[in-house]
Amino acid sequence: MDILDEVKKDFVRDLIAKGKRPDKRAFDQYRNITIEKGAIPSAEGSAKVHLGQTQVLVGIKMDVGTPFADRPEEGVLSTNAELLPMASPTFEPGPPSPASIELARVVDRGIRSSNAVDLPSLFIEAEKVWMVFVDIYVLDHDGNMFDAAALAAMAAIENCRMPKYRDGKVIRGEYAGPLKVGNRCVTTTFAKVGQALLADPCLDEETAMDARITIATTPDYVCAVQKGCAGGFTKDELLSLVDASFAKGNELRALL
Amino acid sequence: MGGTGKMKLIVNGKRLDGRGLADLRPMTIKAGVLNKADGSAYIEWGNNKILAAVYGPKECIPRHDINPYKAVVRCRYSMSPFASFEEHGRTGPNRRSREISKVIQEVFENVVLAEHFPKTAIDIFIEVLQADGGTRVAGLTAAAVALADAGIPMKDVVAGIAAGKIDGQIALDFGKYEDNFGQSDMPFAVSLRTGEVLLFQMDGMLTKDEIAKAIDLAFEGAKTVSDLQVKALKARYTEKEEKGVAPAPEALPQEQPAGGQQGEQPY
Repeated sequence: MDILDEVKKDFVRDLIAKGKRPDKRAFDQYRNITIEKGAIPSAEGSAKVHLGQTQVLVGIKMDVGTPFADRPEEGVLSTNAELLPMASPTFEPGPPSPASIELARVVDRGIRSSNAVDLPSLFIEAEKVWMVFVDIYVLDHDGNMFDAAALAAMAAIENCRMPKYRDGKVIRGEYAGPLKVGNRCVTTTFAKVGQALLADPCLDEETAMDARITIATTPDYVCAVQKGCAGGFTKDELLSLVDASFAKGNELRALL
Repeated sequence: MGGTGKMKLIVNGKRLDGRGLADLRPMTIKAGVLNKADGSAYIEWGNNKILAAVYGPKECIPRHDINPYKAVVRCRYSMSPFASFEEHGRTGPNRRSREISKVIQEVFENVVLAEHFPKTAIDIFIEVLQADGGTRVAGLTAAAVALADAGIPMKDVVAGIAAGKIDGQIALDFGKYEDNFGQSDMPFAVSLRTGEVLLFQMDGMLTKDEIAKAIDLAFEGAKTVSDLQVKALKARYTEKEEKGVAPAPEALPQEQPAGGQQGEQPY
C-alpha cells in the first residue's frame, strides 16, 4: 500500500465532503473527451480515447473460425484488456489481474447485451463464422478506465471494416465494407465518496472512493451493470444513478 | 448471465418448475460441515450444491499483501469440472470465476470488521460442486454463514439472491434454463440491516422501471434467504449447547438421487 495515497485519500474525502472535487469539476461533470477513430490502421477497427488524462486504445482484429457450440449461427466476440505497466506504477507485468479481467468482462457484457456488434451477420457457412477480437489497451491511467475503454471499444466497432473473404481465405488489407453495428452502447461510471456521487472519477477520487458503479446503456435500456469496491448503494441511489446514466450516456453517444 | 430469450419460460403464469414469478427454489443451509475450517457452511438451493469455508484470521501470506490497519479479506470462488450437466469443465480459475471472486470479496470487505485483526488474512473459499443458476449469490449466501460460523465479527450476515427478466416479466431466483434462456439476469446481495446493496451486477436489457421492480423483488427474496441463514446458525448453536461442546461435523444433509451413493463421508 502506498502511504502517499493514504494521506491524499483523507485530503480528497475532506474536499468532497465540502462539495468540491480535486479538479474543480461539478459532481456530474465529465472530463474532456476526445475520440480518435482509426488510430491504428493495421487493425480492422481502432479508436483512441482521451478522458482527461486517461488514455485508452482499442484495436479490433477479425478472423475466421468455428462458432461456439451453443451459438452455431453467430459470430464470436472476444474482449480482452491489458493494463500496461507503463500506464500506472501499480500495474505490473504478468498474468491478467482481477482488475483487468473485470474491465474486459464489463465492457464485453455491455457490447454483448446491447447487440452493439450484430453477431448473426457474422455467420459465413456451417462451422465458419467471423470472430471479432476486441483488445483494450490502457495506456495511461488517471481514473475511470471503464468509461474510456467502453467508449473506445464502441468507437472502434463503428470504425471496424470487414476484411475480404475469398475461397476460404481472409484477404488482409482489402475490405468488403463496414462491420454491421447494432445498438450504440456506452458506459457511465460513478464513484461514491462519503455521501457524494461523482461522475467520471479521476484517479485521486478512485483512491478515496467507497464504492463504484458502472452502468452501460443504449438510448432506451440499461444493458449491463457492475458495482465495485466494498461500499454499498441504497435502492434510491441506484435508481437515481440509472437516470443520470441515461442522461450522461446520451452526451457520450453524441461524441461517437 | 446472458441469454437468447428464444425459449418459452412462463406458461399460464407458472415457470418451468411450477413456481410463480416471486417464488424461490427450495433451499437448505447447514452451518459447520467441515472439520478443519474455522467456519463452514453447505447450501443446497434448487439443484445448486455449494460448500463454503472460512480460514482466519490467520497469518497473511504472501507478506506483501499485509495491511497494517486491518485484515485482508480474500475470496476464491470456483466451480468443479463436474458441476454442470453438460461436458467436463476446466479445472482451476477462469476469467468468469476470477471476476466473481472479486465482487464477492468486495462484499465481505464491507461487512467484516477487519480493523479488529490488523496484519492478518481471512480466506473465504466457495466451491460450487453442482451448478444450477445463481451460483455466485448462493455461494455468497453460504459464505456469509461460514463467516458467522467462524465467529468473525461482522456488521451483518449478507444475503444473496438474483432477479431478472424472463419472457418479458421480472422474476426472482433463476434456475439454469432461465439463466441461459432468459432476457436479463441481475445478481444481487444486500445487508438488510442497513439496506445497502453490496453486490449488484446486471446484463441483458432492462428499463429503469424494470430495474426498480427487480430490486424490490430482490429485497423481498433476500428476507427469505436471510431467515434461512439465521435458522442455520441457530441450529448450529443449539446443537453446541445440547452437547456441551463443539459438535463434530455431521455428514452433509443428503438428498439421495436415484442410484446415488450410500455415502457416510461425502468429503
